[in-house]
Amino acid sequence: MADAVAAEESAHSIPALLARNVQRFGGLPAYREKEFGIWQSWTWAEAAEEIRAMALGFLSLGVERGDYIAIIGRNRPAHYWAMVAAQMCGAIPVPLYQDAVAEEMAYVLENCGARFVICGDQEQVDKVVEVEDRIHHIQHVMYTDKRGMRKYDHSRMNALEDVQSEGRAGHYRYEEELSKRIAELTYDSTCVMLYTSGTTGKPKGVVLSNRNIIETAKNSVAFDRLTHNEEVLAYLPMAWVGDFIFSIGQAMWAGFTVNCPESPATMMTDLREIGPSYFFAPPRVFEGQLTNVMIRMEDAGRFKKKLFDHYMAVARKVGPNILDGKPVSFGQRLSYLLGNIFIYGPLKNTLGFSNIRVGYTAGEAIGPEIFDFYRSLGINLKQLYGQTEASVFITQQPDGQVRSDTVGVPSPGVEVKIGDNGEVFYRSPGTFVEYYKNPESTASTKDAEGWVATGDAGFFEEGSGHLRIIDRAKDVGKMADGRLFAPKYVENKLKFYPNILEAVVFGAGRDRCTAFINIDLTAVGNWAERNNIAYASYQELAGHPRVYAMIKSHIDEVNASVAQDPMLSGCQIHRFLILHKELDADDGEMTRTRKVRRNIVESKYADLIAALYDGRDSVYTETEVTYEDGRKGKITATLTLADAQVAPEQRMAAE
Amino acid sequence: MNDMSEGYVTADGRKIGGVLMEMKNITLKFGGVTAIQNISFDIRDGEIRAIIGPNGAGKSSMLNVISGFYVPTEGEVWFKGYKRGPMKPYQVAQLGIARTFQNIALFDGMSVLDNIMTGRLTLMKSGLLSQAMWWGGASKEEDEHREKVEKIIDFLEIQNIRKTPVGRLPYGLKKRVELARALAAEPKILLLDEPMAGMNVEEKEDMCRFILDVNDEFGTTIALIEHDMGVVMDLSDRVVVMDYGKKIGDGTPDEVRNSQEVIDAYLGVAHD
Repeated sequence: MADAVAAEESAHSIPALLARNVQRFGGLPAYREKEFGIWQSWTWAEAAEEIRAMALGFLSLGVERGDYIAIIGRNRPAHYWAMVAAQMCGAIPVPLYQDAVAEEMAYVLENCGARFVICGDQEQVDKVVEVEDRIHHIQHVMYTDKRGMRKYDHSRMNALEDVQSEGRAGHYRYEEELSKRIAELTYDSTCVMLYTSGTTGKPKGVVLSNRNIIETAKNSVAFDRLTHNEEVLAYLPMAWVGDFIFSIGQAMWAGFTVNCPESPATMMTDLREIGPSYFFAPPRVFEGQLTNVMIRMEDAGRFKKKLFDHYMAVARKVGPNILDGKPVSFGQRLSYLLGNIFIYGPLKNTLGFSNIRVGYTAGEAIGPEIFDFYRSLGINLKQLYGQTEASVFITQQPDGQVRSDTVGVPSPGVEVKIGDNGEVFYRSPGTFVEYYKNPESTASTKDAEGWVATGDAGFFEEGSGHLRIIDRAKDVGKMADGRLFAPKYVENKLKFYPNILEAVVFGAGRDRCTAFINIDLTAVGNWAERNNIAYASYQELAGHPRVYAMIKSHIDEVNASVAQDPMLSGCQIHRFLILHKELDADDGEMTRTRKVRRNIVESKYADLIAALYDGRDSVYTETEVTYEDGRKGKITATLTLADAQVAPEQRMAAE
Repeated sequence: MNDMSEGYVTADGRKIGGVLMEMKNITLKFGGVTAIQNISFDIRDGEIRAIIGPNGAGKSSMLNVISGFYVPTEGEVWFKGYKRGPMKPYQVAQLGIARTFQNIALFDGMSVLDNIMTGRLTLMKSGLLSQAMWWGGASKEEDEHREKVEKIIDFLEIQNIRKTPVGRLPYGLKKRVELARALAAEPKILLLDEPMAGMNVEEKEDMCRFILDVNDEFGTTIALIEHDMGVVMDLSDRVVVMDYGKKIGDGTPDEVRNSQEVIDAYLGVAHD
């Protein structure tokens, strides 16, 4: 027992936590990955051996204290091990978004000055090789997947596996040095450097210390009472702070199992096979799943459809109350129980949510209908609010106090205050150390007392003490007549329709609002199929008159709902167009975490915005697009501009 | 006789071995129609060899002769230094020749996995009875074959459709499954009949990469027919050009590209 306490106290780094977990959970699974159709698994003891071998290998390659090691690849145990192995050597892991094009990668690699890069496969190696002639500090490239790599110049390149073998072989030479380096790690050593997605401008490197990560993990694990028995599916980008907290921070602290999918495309199947007990997904994933369920139910037989509709109505009425432990009559309980046997149970199983104890969504607002759908099935889905600079957690919803329109109460150990202009500030043990090589930004974000500006406008709700976020503080503006303009508020309402994938609303400084719409190809395509609408391309479908009519009806409904809000009634959409292409991160229109870059969209499509305000019926446009391999092309289109119906505003109705 | 020892080195540094298969004065007639007229060429160990030509040039017929499906009217086919006689399809497969088809020939109702497993049929040893009864070595044997098939699934990145019935797949993926099934037979030589026909640019690029990777990783010799000139020139080590059943060119992509006869066949000249 004394040993355990001592281990707890000395666990001031991720490698130290790893050693602790080997002692405590040695024979239990730490990592799983599906490969060749089978779930391969590693116990804590086995994982620790792999990580140590990798660290020894790094030493043999000459990794120094303070080196930056970039990691570009999908979620695989080897990549998580590489991060811990880097920490063991006193180096700092820097995970990168694997879908970034070479150009974006070059910026980050140059900014952190990485001497070593670990690539998932040939595709990533190619990108690194492409930028290497501009960035001269890369000394060695390692790769995980060997396919197609035979013909490369291997003078400064190795398979990660071979580096591990080298480490095992050089065990006697480097063991002492490695132990020394691990012992040097303190609570204030840098744990990881993560780049912000860069909604505005260039990404910034956020330096997070062991204290940030471990304290945050400790608090959040206690908040949701997570244990070493949890199963998580690691499928979100490794460069994103959430994945680092869930798959490394919390996994190391609580000692639970991290499961890696076979490939990004098999994620849904793998989710079903693993049945995680603790799950995180951005609203987009939940929306996509719900859309799929609904599409398949449309195709189901009449009896099945009726059964589904009946029991879903029951679920919507009593499900959330049962979950929140509120009183429910015996008859309703019985009805819900039957529904669980016929519908909810099998449905949850299909979705992979049978074992979920705690589920979180964050990053964007989630539609109330979507949120309620999952909760009514008995899935404990909650919301949290966070950012990279806070090591994720700022606020989160405790069990039993879950609502779709708030983001919860301050997380344990976090202080939150609202500034004079409505901006949300926080201070916590998870607050980042600094922006790398960027003292000005650090100073303008974090004040001397440690308060960090989130850039989001919000307020605490009277009574419940829950935080509500309105919009990005800098996006909230005024319209020409001085009424409040909060684009995100309207966009979110639009995006709750399955047919609308993305919406961008304009209107700051103007007399009325207009919008760009991106249709959701899955949902609209299926609708087209059912209604015998033929189309050859995304562009053709997007421009179809009946699609326009459908989108218009959605916008009309949103306008009616926006009109109810006396503060925001000016944000009704007067005119809109459906874009001929999806907004894409490769074109810089979105961040890698799929948030719209408003100013870039505004300048890139200035001609379309102008057309929305000058009363034309259609507009011809040329758009530059970037393909996945970085080449550029051009698409042209003639877009229809359509009017939406504007509802009478609340203040008039109230008279 | 054939000199098996000679070989050459490609532009990207791959070593190509001696002659694996040789066509000697092949002529193929269907009644009055002469599909192939006195064509000779060889395929070397480890190379990617393309057969190109305009529509109706006799490319598919040539591939069928190589695969042993057609017996040439005149001429000889030599494989691994032996003259090849008429063969049954399973004998072709046992020799180490596998192919894909221009018009996909998969079992629509079966899953991708099962389709690929059929590619290993000739490699399975346990008898009908023990397989049906799940007896003795049959179960163990299936595990071993499944492992090989899973490696191919991983290689061609089709894990997500492993259990999907083939009939539900889009065209581009079916082509990939067909390639997977051909690979499952662990062929010495792989014949691809228009592997990129009807694909979009991205699918073509993927397919190109898979073909190159197969050649690189497994050392499989590849003979392919393709319409898309750009693809052929990038992909192959040597090209045979056919027109009206005759061979009008043979050499590296650069040599072929600069041959006047080939340019005429593709761009068209007035025939007298």
